[in-house]
Formats: sequence, C-alpha cells, structure tokens
Amino acid sequence: MNKQLTCQDLTLGYDGKTVLGGVTFEVNAGDYLCIVGENGSGKSTLMKTLLRLKTPMSGKISGGEGLKANEIGYLPQQTVVQKDFPASVREVVRSGCLNRRGLRPYYTRAEKQLAEENMQKLGIDKIAKRCYRELSGGQQQRTLLARALCATRKILLLDEPAAGLDPQATADMYALIADLNQSGTSIIMVSHDVAAFLKYATHVLHVGEQKMLFFGTKADYLTSDVGEKYAGGENNAE
Amino acid sequence: MLSNAIDELVFYFTNFAFVRYALIVGVLIALCASLIGVTLVLKRFSFIGQGLSNVAFGTIAVATAIGLVSERLSTVMNLTNNLILVLPVTVGASILLLRTSQNAKINGDAAIAMISVGTLAVGYLIMNLFPKSANLSGDVCTTLFGAMSILTLTMTDVWICAGLSVLVIAVFCLFYHKIFSVTFDQDFATATGTKAKTYNLILAIVIGVIIVLAINLVGTLLISALVIFPALTAMRLFKTFLSVTICSCIAAVTCAALGIVISILSGTPVGSTIVTVNIGVFGVFWVVSLVKRRFA
Repeated sequence: MNKQLTCQDLTLGYDGKTVLGGVTFEVNAGDYLCIVGENGSGKSTLMKTLLRLKTPMSGKISGGEGLKANEIGYLPQQTVVQKDFPASVREVVRSGCLNRRGLRPYYTRAEKQLAEENMQKLGIDKIAKRCYRELSGGQQQRTLLARALCATRKILLLDEPAAGLDPQATADMYALIADLNQSGTSIIMVSHDVAAFLKYATHVLHVGEQKMLFFGTKADYLTSDVGEKYAGGENNAE
Repeated sequence: MLSNAIDELVFYFTNFAFVRYALIVGVLIALCASLIGVTLVLKRFSFIGQGLSNVAFGTIAVATAIGLVSERLSTVMNLTNNLILVLPVTVGASILLLRTSQNAKINGDAAIAMISVGTLAVGYLIMNLFPKSANLSGDVCTTLFGAMSILTLTMTDVWICAGLSVLVIAVFCLFYHKIFSVTFDQDFATATGTKAKTYNLILAIVIGVIIVLAINLVGTLLISALVIFPALTAMRLFKTFLSVTICSCIAAVTCAALGIVISILSGTPVGSTIVTVNIGVFGVFWVVSLVKRRFA
C-alpha cells in the first residue's frame, strides 16, 4: 500500500479547549475518504489541521511517501471576499500553479499549459475570460477545483464541494470528483451528503462527541452501530 | 481661456523646479497608493490607510515635540526629516494592524478605529502641549490636509520619494501573482505552500511606506482616498484582477496630475483638489457602469 497521509492520535482544539480528540487514520493512494459528523463536531478544524493551517494540540501528521505541503490540493468553502472579487476564471485557475514556483515571479509556458488542460478537463475552458463572481455556483466550484488540480494530482481535500449547488450541479460535481479519483487522485472530503458518500467513498471517518467514532472502509462502516444510525437513519428520512 | 491656462502651466513648469517636483512626487505616490489599494479594498482593509495615517499624525506630533524635526522646518511636514521616526513607527503599526485583523479576538475594524482615534487625540494633545510655532492651528491643518507642503519639496525629498516608489512598484511587480493568490484565497495559498504570512508582512511594510509618503501629498486625513478611490473606480467597469490593477493605476496617475495642475492654476489646496478629481472620475465610471448594465 502506498501511504500518503497518516494521522496519529490527533487532538484538536482552540485556546486549550479540546474540540476533537483521538483521531487516528491513514490515507493510501487512490482512497476516497469521507469525513462525516454533526455540525460543530470539528470536521472543518480537522481539515484545516490536515492542511497545516492549524497546529494540532497533540498528535502527529506525517506525509508518508514524502507528501509535501505543495502536493496538496484544496477546494475550500467560498469566502465572503470572493463574492465580489474581480478575477477571471483563468487568473484563478493559474494561481493554483503558484506553489511550485518558488520565488520566480511569472508563470512559465508549461504552467499556463497545465492551467488550460485543467480548465478543459473540467469544462470551463469556454468561460476562461469570464469574471469569476458572475458565474453560477457550479461553475465557480469547477474553477476552484481546476485551481486545486493545478496545485497537485496526488491528494485533494474538499470542504463541502456541493454546498449551495442545485441538484444537477451537485451530481455533476460528484461525478467529476469520482472521475478524478478513478484516475488516481486521492480524495479527502467533508460532506453532509449521505447519498454521495454511500455512492463514491471507499473509507469513512466519523467524528462526534469530541472524538473519533469510526474509521474504516465503507463496508465496515455500514455494518457498524454508528454507521447504521447515521447512514441508515438519514436514508430512511429521505 | 484654455490656451492661457496652458501657457501659464508651461511657464510654471519650465521656470519653477518645485512644480516639477510636485508633479513627479504626486504622480509616483498616487501610483503606489493605487497599486496597494486594489488589494486593501478586496481584503476588506479599506480603512487601514486611515488608521495608519493617524498613527503617522501622532508620531509626527511626538517627533516635533522631542525636537527630532529640525528648527529649520517648523512646518512639521518635511518628508526627509520626519522619515527617521515616522516611517518605522507607521510600518510597525501597519504590521500590527494587519496581524490583529486576522486574529478574531479584537475585530480588525475595531482595532483600526481604536488606534486611529487614539493616536489622533494624543497627537493633537502633544502638539498643543509642545507648540513648535505660534501658528498651532496652521500646523495641525497642514498635517491633516497636506496644504501646500508638496510645493515646498527639496531635491532630497524627491529622490527619497522616487526611490521608495520604485521599490514599492518593484515589489508589486515581482510578487504580483502571489499577492493575487494571497488576496483571493489566503487559506488555499497557505495550504498549498505559499508563505502567506510573509506576503502579508511585505504588504504591511509597503502600506506603511506608502502612507508616510502620501502624508506629504494629501495630509493624513485624506490618504484613504488615494488608496481606495482608484481601486473602486476601476472595479466599476473592469472584471479581472489585471485590468482592475492597470485601470486603477491609470486613474490614480491621471487624477493626481490633473489635481496638482488645477491646484497650481487656481490656488486650491493640493490634497483636497486631487481627492475631488478622484471623486469625479469615480462618479463618471459609476454612471457608465449603470448605463452599461441597463443596456446590457
């Protein structure tokens, strides 16, 4: 197995208060890991810690096969700043290439090419000159996903990739992510969407009550107590 | 009428070095301010210029009081003399403000408001306790609104100003893409290995330098106008980061040059004239954008 990310007994929190403890899991190349749990259970904090935006209170994250910070792609939730930001799709996508440039001030031809390829792959090459803030939610998410792909092909962290999208755009988004996963990119996704993770995920990390309730394959999860309650319960409700 | 004005202008320009100095310095400062303005407006830090300029005001008052400013220039406003103390303090305050804005503990806007009015009050108090000249209200007014100080620049002032401006422009050009990335999405930039903190620090230093430079041109009260108006003007009509940046530079340079020319010809205060021209141009762009939307 090709380990990409290992977390050992992570404890996360703010100002000395524990939000989430005892998180131990690993991600191997090609995995599709879903992080599920209630609102406020620390999913986003965990995500930020994996991205090294926050330091854990204790525990260790290691990159496995030499996974460096600049080999992580990240699809964040939209921020307020971006809602009226004047930027073309192309400008946003290209900015994903920044991390490999060191101090070189401008993009190389290869990087520009990479940006074009990723825009084609996600079907946004036709709107490359459009203004980001004037796009539909689905198009904006594709733009940010293309940017993440410029940053890496190894591992993508997605924070609620379908938040605020209509059903069709949501389905398209998940299909795209599944495609990327098929072609070898590992996925770590935070999502409320039970249907999506039932369909696509290979592994599940369930957090709640300030600790890790479950980590394992999807098959094991669905037969576990916590899994039956969460996935089964929500399914019945639908 | 118009040809008379042009003749007069040519006469001033060829015969008086201070007019040339004022134009060069004014245009350079406006250019730098507009470059940084795009980022500040987008990062929701529009008011930071105001806060910092008040810090500079307080520092100028202190500098005057402890006699760091030479007797030769009791006008308080000489760039070269003030630089020694005002520049480091303002840059320091800038770094501090940008950092607190990112921590949630004291809200960014509250921190800026606090520092802004605090330094203004203390500065005025110090100026009153240690008056440098008989004309105290004149001094205060000069510091706040710039008055004619830009028309009293020396050759050294011009060189220092030109040097710092070139530095600011160079930093902006070299780090243009990184500044874009950090402004658009700081978390993504950090997560993928761009040192966002370093770029925020560079940004803070550049902002501090620009504020100190701009005090000479428009005084401490009007600096925010130089920073935010060109950016807001450009954003009415342009929709990519590059075009907004370029347009705001052009708008800033045009407004500064026009404002200085008008103020020389009609004897109006330089700072407020430049800002008024900026407001006018913003108004034009705004109307055009409304018309465009109506017929789009």
